[in-house]
Amino acid sequence: MSAFRAILAKDLRVELRTLQSVPGMALFAVSTFILFRFGLDRTTLEGSLAAGVLLATVLFAALLAVNRLFVAERDQGGFDAIRLAPVDGTALFAAKVAALVAYLVVLELVTVPVFALFFLDEWSALPPLALVLALADVGLAATGALASSLATGSRARDLLAPLLLLPLLVPLMIAAAGAAEPLLAAGGPEYDRFGTWLAVLGLYDVVFLLVGYGVFDFVLED
Amino acid sequence: MLGLRTLSIATVATVVAGFALVFFYAPNDADQGFVQKIFYLHVPLAVCALVGFVVAAVHAVRHLRTGDPVHDARSYVSIHVSVIFGVAVLATGSIWARASWGKWWVWDEPTLVSFLIVFLLYATYYPLRYAIEDRERQARYASVFAITAGAFVPLNFLAVRLAESLLHPRVFATAEGGMPGSMWLAFGVSLLGIGLLWVTLVRFELAAKATSAQLSRLRRALEGSPAAPRPEADRRPSPTVPARSGVGT
Amino acid sequence: MQRAGGAKARESEPAGAAAAIRLAGLWREFGDRAVLEDVHVELAPGETMVVIGPNGAGKTTLLRILATLLRPTAGEVVVLGSRLPREAWRARGRIGYLGHEPLLYRDLTVAENLRFHARLYGVEAAETRISALLDRVGMSRRAGELARNLSVGMAQRVAACRAVLHEPELLLLDEPRAHLDPQAGELVDPLVGPAEGRTRVIVTHDFRAALSSGGRVLALGHGGAVAYEGPAAGLPVADAEAIYAGSPR
Repeated sequence: MSAFRAILAKDLRVELRTLQSVPGMALFAVSTFILFRFGLDRTTLEGSLAAGVLLATVLFAALLAVNRLFVAERDQGGFDAIRLAPVDGTALFAAKVAALVAYLVVLELVTVPVFALFFLDEWSALPPLALVLALADVGLAATGALASSLATGSRARDLLAPLLLLPLLVPLMIAAAGAAEPLLAAGGPEYDRFGTWLAVLGLYDVVFLLVGYGVFDFVLED
Repeated sequence: MLGLRTLSIATVATVVAGFALVFFYAPNDADQGFVQKIFYLHVPLAVCALVGFVVAAVHAVRHLRTGDPVHDARSYVSIHVSVIFGVAVLATGSIWARASWGKWWVWDEPTLVSFLIVFLLYATYYPLRYAIEDRERQARYASVFAITAGAFVPLNFLAVRLAESLLHPRVFATAEGGMPGSMWLAFGVSLLGIGLLWVTLVRFELAAKATSAQLSRLRRALEGSPAAPRPEADRRPSPTVPARSGVGT
Repeated sequence: MQRAGGAKARESEPAGAAAAIRLAGLWREFGDRAVLEDVHVELAPGETMVVIGPNGAGKTTLLRILATLLRPTAGEVVVLGSRLPREAWRARGRIGYLGHEPLLYRDLTVAENLRFHARLYGVEAAETRISALLDRVGMSRRAGELARNLSVGMAQRVAACRAVLHEPELLLLDEPRAHLDPQAGELVDPLVGPAEGRTRVIVTHDFRAALSSGGRVLALGHGGAVAYEGPAAGLPVADAEAIYAGSPR
């Protein structure tokens, strides 16, 4: 437990000091919104378009953080440092997942209001949307940490992580969009199959957290 | 366990029987007519590929637990054959779409759509492996991937099915809406044939790998390069094919 | 030849204190290349062993295996009573490793780095220990400096603190005086020098100093084969030079 906290604290401290992930993600997201505004030739979005634009943007922004997730460990001998210590590999996995969730939450705190400002007529959908995003963030972080760690050890790491991650994220996208689309309907939030989609998101989260928990020790070995 | 030659014969026989049943015995589908018969190929291929991916995940778990490269070989070959079957699934699905709907791709067949996603995922297995030079780490990471992807497959099917549940499709039906015994028989035999085909291809590839591994071991010994003592070097190389394989050693 | 060595190692189970390190028939391969070939070593607690040999002889690899960072390809490795790799977790908190990389996070300060490692190892009274160590290597004034701003020599000094922070029973040093000018070397030496209850394995290129150190010596030749293993006094300088001059595989 203290190893988890030590590693998480270290990551958050480094991020605060270097700001190498979160600001980039936020800028990317806002620029992408503008691209969509012109690409789709729309000034308001609702229903499936709104859900799709928001979620796809968050997913792609997350890739920026995923690529950088293990960079300190890889380049600065950090993997060795953690493997030498009497620390479980899963503590590293948990810490990285928690760090990614933190970055995503901060990202969404900034970009969801911007999205609402740009494209939505009213903000009543935001609270339930926050719940959907929170569940999606955990799943995104779990698969992101897994994909990033696998790609880290390889030669084409910047390409490989997104390539591994994007298909893995399809069910997450389906469930999150399925829940978000009725929320963002033109007439105000609806809850069509909301529970079902949240359950699928929850299942996705649990499955990949468990997988990560089970295999991460093997990823760390040399 | 069946030897490789017996297996091959059984496979050919079953597949031929399956074809015969499909073309001469099973009735035409009420909705889609003759074209529907491609599903006797499409669905068994899909089922076997998916089971193959899960089998690969099981081998991967055993590989991580024991560190024995034999399990890695089995996992790799299972994925390889399943990916090939996956290409066939996409191709047959596309042909069906073209014949039924006039387009080469449709989104309302959940099996096909799920398969596309699964295929895209497993297609990254190869770049992942080849991007890692250290053989042991490559095998380990490949196993981690196989387990992750194996867990992904059912989730993916669930999600896609839920997403498409408002649309129609079901694939096997006659005018009465059910599937008559003749269709079930044809389907069952096809499934068995394709399943046997999967197993045979996997066995063949594993045997080929074992032989080439032994060849490189012998070559190393001939060159006089020092090599660590390995327990399996003393056994005959036969990962899954039993000693009396009849392949001809 | 390998058999005899192995049998001998097994027979000589010490009656008294268990060996700090016991290697029997250790092999390590990378791909098809042997990097360590049939290494046998026994080191009693409190002893120091110096590892010498030309580049590519596997010295760093040996150290990394002892540090539990690498798995042996074959052979028996017992470190501090724990059989590797299965029981590595038991030995880890008691081993200190100073390798080629300082293992410091560039965006953390010197003090933050050491505090991080202290937390990972569960070091008690960390703050006092950290300031005491930094003081001894003359880095107290730079405790608040980001690791990226340190010169290579300074980083090495901090790394030495990191290695001994948790008072390890086994200290593994890979060319500890690299990057250090004589003054800095003088500061670091007592930190990583012989101490009560501390077993040390040191890789160095300075084989003349090694041979006059009075401890044990392991000389590895090209390809990781053992050229000599025993007391330092038993290896004449001329032989050591010959080992270095031998032809690479």
